[in-house]
Amino acid sequence: MKDSDEKEKKLRKDIGKAYGDYVKQFTPSPAYVSNGIKAFLVGGLICTAAFWLQKRLQDGGMSETDAGAFVTILLVVSAQLLTGLGVFDSLAKFAGAGVIVPITGFANSMVAPAIEYKKEGPVLGVGSKLFTVAGPVLVCGISAAVAVGLIYWMIGRIQGV
Amino acid sequence: MMALKKIGSQSMLFPSGAWIRGRGTVVGKKEGSGPLGSCFDIVLQDDMYGEKSWEKAESKMLKDAMMKAVQRAGLEKENIDVMLSGDLLNQLMSSSFMARDMHIPFLGLYGACSTMTESLVLGSILIDGGFAENVLAGASSHFCTAERQFRLPVEHGNQRPPSAQWTATAAGAVVISGQPPGPGIPRIRAEAATIGRVIDAGIKDANQMGAAMAPAAVDTLLNHLQDTGRGIDYYDLVVSGDLGFIGREIVMDLLVDAGLPSAKVRERYDDCGTMLYTKDQDVHSGGSGCGCSASVFAGHLLQRMEQGELKKVLLMSTGAMLSVISPLQGESIPGIAHAISLEVE
Repeated sequence: MKDSDEKEKKLRKDIGKAYGDYVKQFTPSPAYVSNGIKAFLVGGLICTAAFWLQKRLQDGGMSETDAGAFVTILLVVSAQLLTGLGVFDSLAKFAGAGVIVPITGFANSMVAPAIEYKKEGPVLGVGSKLFTVAGPVLVCGISAAVAVGLIYWMIGRIQGV
Repeated sequence: MMALKKIGSQSMLFPSGAWIRGRGTVVGKKEGSGPLGSCFDIVLQDDMYGEKSWEKAESKMLKDAMMKAVQRAGLEKENIDVMLSGDLLNQLMSSSFMARDMHIPFLGLYGACSTMTESLVLGSILIDGGFAENVLAGASSHFCTAERQFRLPVEHGNQRPPSAQWTATAAGAVVISGQPPGPGIPRIRAEAATIGRVIDAGIKDANQMGAAMAPAAVDTLLNHLQDTGRGIDYYDLVVSGDLGFIGREIVMDLLVDAGLPSAKVRERYDDCGTMLYTKDQDVHSGGSGCGCSASVFAGHLLQRMEQGELKKVLLMSTGAMLSVISPLQGESIPGIAHAISLEVE
């Protein structure tokens, strides 16, 4: 009985692989190059504009830290506003990683569930679902940061000795 | 007792007669501006349909499609013995809450996107078996309810791969009756059906639904043809539910591989998911969802049958039987397809 189960599992795996390869010929691949160029241009434009604004604020007498924080807040607020207006998803469809990877994508991933789950109430709707998209990123990101931090600390100790 | 109406390995005939008497469709704005837009009874201007949530909107769409079908059949709600319906949402939210308002004996069905054919098959069985006089059969889906349940919040920004499909915001319903329609009205009869097996070809990518379901469609079609002793050219049109452009290509390739004549396959076979939208409507590989085959069948195909353009149609809705958690547990996507044969008498 167990043997035939194993056999069936193996067979299913082999079929899956063969069929997956067969299906590839019918599946157009994403437009990597044009997507990449769009992401580069839009992402680059956002970063350049943000940097220009930061420099202007610094010229006006603001410290580098304050100017950086101000620009970050501005980016987050703009992305949140665009999500609320229903524009961000169209923008992200066009620019892809250009707006998803920077902090604008993070802002979108918080506001989108907030809008979506409002109908289930402020506590059990928005409250419990607010981090559905950003949560996994935060958990893994912070865990990775802690792990890297520990390794860094250990290397420091070893070199110190 | 012998199964007198069963033929072959998984098919059945409806010799006593089950006729399509009425049909109703409600579709979203995007579907309404597609190539079949003029076929539908109600096209929404706003996919919220005046409701407070997407789910409530879908439920109302389904209800209105059901009511339209009853009205077109020239019947009253009270004449319906059984209502069969399903959708994609957990616990069949759209159908159950629709049934709350209808006060008709109700059986909820889940066959993923194959639900429309599932309800047609079971409805025809109830009629042919003499268990009901009039059955209301329908199905619905809504882009926004499906997105939030199976994928991400609607406003979340991301890019879809070319193989992804677009869940149709659509509801379709028909009245199946033991009494043929009156004189002067085209008599469309459900004549045979094939219940599909779950086939899993091992596709794990949820953006490859067409490819995941295509082998099930091929399996059901080949078994149907074998059980009934027919060739594909017996039908004017063999139409699958929501395989999309990619799935349609795969089905044609597999059918030719199985020995069916290539020219006839290309001439007679199509897919509802490729009919509902134009390619520039940003739907990638085409439409999907229960509402896709439900609305194309009840709105477009039945209309063409009434007008005499099609005489024999095999509707074969296809479903991807995955759950929200099954891909996360490493499972591949099982597919299913049921077929029902309809003929103009």
